[in-house]
Amino acid sequence: MAKMNMIQALNSAMDSCMELDQNVLVMGEDVGYFGGVFRCTDGLYKKYGAHRALDMPIAEGGIMGVAIGMGVNGLRPIVEIQFSDYIYPAVDQIVSELARLRHRSGGEYFAPIVIRTPCGGGIRGGQTHSQSPEAFFTHACGLKTVMPSNPYDAKGLLTAAIESNDPVIFFEPKRIYNGPFDGNHQQAASAWNTHPLGEVPEEHYSIEIGKASVLQSGDDVTIITYGNMVHVAQGAINNSQINAELIDIRTLIPLDIETIKASVKKTGRCVIVHEATLTSGFGAEILSQVQEHCFWHLKAPIERVTGWDTPYPHAFEWQYFPSQKRITDAMTRTLESN
Amino acid sequence: MKKNTEENNTLYKSKLFVPKASSRPETTPDFSHIVPPAPSESFKPDVLSDAIDMQSLAYGLVRVLGDDHLAAGPWISDLSTDKLLLGLKKMMHVRAFDERMFKMQRQGKLSFYIKSTGEEAVSIAQGMALKNSDMLFPSYRQQGLLFARDHNVVDLMSQCLSNAKDNLKGRQMPIMYSAKKHNFFSISGNLATQYSQAVGWAMASAYKGEDNIAASWVGDGTTAAADVYHALVFSSTYKAPVILNVVNNQWAISTPQSFASAGTTFAARSIGFSIPGIRVDGNDFLAVYAVTQWAAQRARQGGGPTFIELYTYRTEGHSTSDNPDAYRGKDEAKYWPLGDPIERLKNHLIAIGAWDENQHSALAQSLEQSVTRDWKEALAQGSLDNGPHWPLASMFDDVFEQTPTHLINQSQQIEEA
Repeated sequence: MAKMNMIQALNSAMDSCMELDQNVLVMGEDVGYFGGVFRCTDGLYKKYGAHRALDMPIAEGGIMGVAIGMGVNGLRPIVEIQFSDYIYPAVDQIVSELARLRHRSGGEYFAPIVIRTPCGGGIRGGQTHSQSPEAFFTHACGLKTVMPSNPYDAKGLLTAAIESNDPVIFFEPKRIYNGPFDGNHQQAASAWNTHPLGEVPEEHYSIEIGKASVLQSGDDVTIITYGNMVHVAQGAINNSQINAELIDIRTLIPLDIETIKASVKKTGRCVIVHEATLTSGFGAEILSQVQEHCFWHLKAPIERVTGWDTPYPHAFEWQYFPSQKRITDAMTRTLESN
Repeated sequence: MKKNTEENNTLYKSKLFVPKASSRPETTPDFSHIVPPAPSESFKPDVLSDAIDMQSLAYGLVRVLGDDHLAAGPWISDLSTDKLLLGLKKMMHVRAFDERMFKMQRQGKLSFYIKSTGEEAVSIAQGMALKNSDMLFPSYRQQGLLFARDHNVVDLMSQCLSNAKDNLKGRQMPIMYSAKKHNFFSISGNLATQYSQAVGWAMASAYKGEDNIAASWVGDGTTAAADVYHALVFSSTYKAPVILNVVNNQWAISTPQSFASAGTTFAARSIGFSIPGIRVDGNDFLAVYAVTQWAAQRARQGGGPTFIELYTYRTEGHSTSDNPDAYRGKDEAKYWPLGDPIERLKNHLIAIGAWDENQHSALAQSLEQSVTRDWKEALAQGSLDNGPHWPLASMFDDVFEQTPTHLINQSQQIEEA
């Protein structure tokens, strides 16, 4: 086992897949010679050449269209969209083309593409470098939607995504690239090398897409979350006396509803946490499914803790970024409600 | 104050310019500005010439068939008489197919249809100039490509009928074909998306060291879309072995080509990308074939993309959903100065002594009978209104490679409902 941060783990997944299959390539803006603005593709250009760590013109829609054609012709492109805030010019190609190609062609054509894209705030990025647009893509039928919360999952899930014959959109919470972040921005940043999930095998492995992870078991309340917020929720639990069960869903589509159901039926209380905006956020979908499956087991209304329904504000980042306090308050409300 | 405003008004010369159509119902069509050049006026560069040395081709009009119906000029190719006769037959087959399908839509048997009348040379000549292993990324009016590749006509009709034999399992509107066995890509309805996809396919071909090329088609109106710009940037940057075609049939539903042409030719758009741009008489089978063959050779030899404007005319409405008399001059097609592609090839074959009027009408009649037989056979497999269709639960297949639990649950719910 090696100690890796998220960036190294993602790089290791791409490296091992590129080594095994010459049809795998990485492409996008600044991913080649420079190795990516977050360094995720560092070294791949040197190891595999300019045609397999392929720098591209600044046109996300063009990058996606080209990737689809490559996928149809037998390649397995890993596309990096530099910030998920920049993904919108590619949405027609992703939603109308990539997601629906297998279905619309009666199963004749498909494009096995992974779209990697850094998301989320907490990095002083303002409204154009902080968004969490994952819910948009869960509404398009045919895309697997993944967001890991730690290096071990990042490598295993990215490997599975690269090996999948379905298109996968893979969100990387950039605030936790270098270390787990519990929401306390005044503390010194912590690194992954002291975290158990920063232990990452150097060899090839994958984690099945569509399986949630129960990070901590408890009896009083279930916290359902993913990405950045896993660590904020963990901090909230650690700093309270609440015996909470923490579920990292890891994959939004397909959603592991069975793990969620089993937990909420046990605890009878549920708090859903994500960084993305509230209205029509993925929390609304989880809440709805929990209500459908667990209504008679619920002891309290389901709570949601999310980003506010505004663009991400530069000056008020820490009031926007869901805090431990908001999560603790929500857990407390569900426990007091009877 | 008032004086000031008046002064400003006199200085301010900009007015919002709105392009005009070639005709509207209240005007008489006028194409007098189009003066078709003689075949000898063009030139044919070496296939690996630099784009900068052939810019005049973007503003000219490559023609092979002259007013005397004989082939002439630098673009005469090695097309045999047999191949020309085959091309004629295939164009006539497409026209007979379109006629039959249009009538069936008017009789309520089909939900929708799009004819390619007047543009048959584009798909047939281009399809015949490419190898069967070359990948086609068509728009919705290139059904001729499937005839060029001998696709089963009953299967095409079954797709349009969404019946139990439809290879797309009832998921797409009529004419949105997909035919993997013929290297014909699934037609989208979102215009221009296939253009950059074709570039990516071609890049993958080069990446793998294969000699197959890609070709894609958009209409004049669609050139306004960002995907066209993307295709030009990416294909030029990576020298992708691809042929990018613009079928300039003058009309985008009711919007004239002047809303996208920027007052020049479409082929000229290639110049800033260092891509050869060639404008060709799209109703001249021999010219379309020769230009496509040239572009394919260039692509296979590592010369990268070619941008071809096929100058033609949409003789009929956009689709079965619009009446062209509502937005363009009545019988505008009759004023079109470049004629009809089938008539022109027929006249050429007669002029060289390979064909006659009797043979022509006999062929037209037998093709009409052939599509009628095919239609009956397709209809026997079911129709949109009366079925049989694919099984209902099949709509949940192919969303993903393996159907996940939430879709299995939904497929059970739809069966129970």
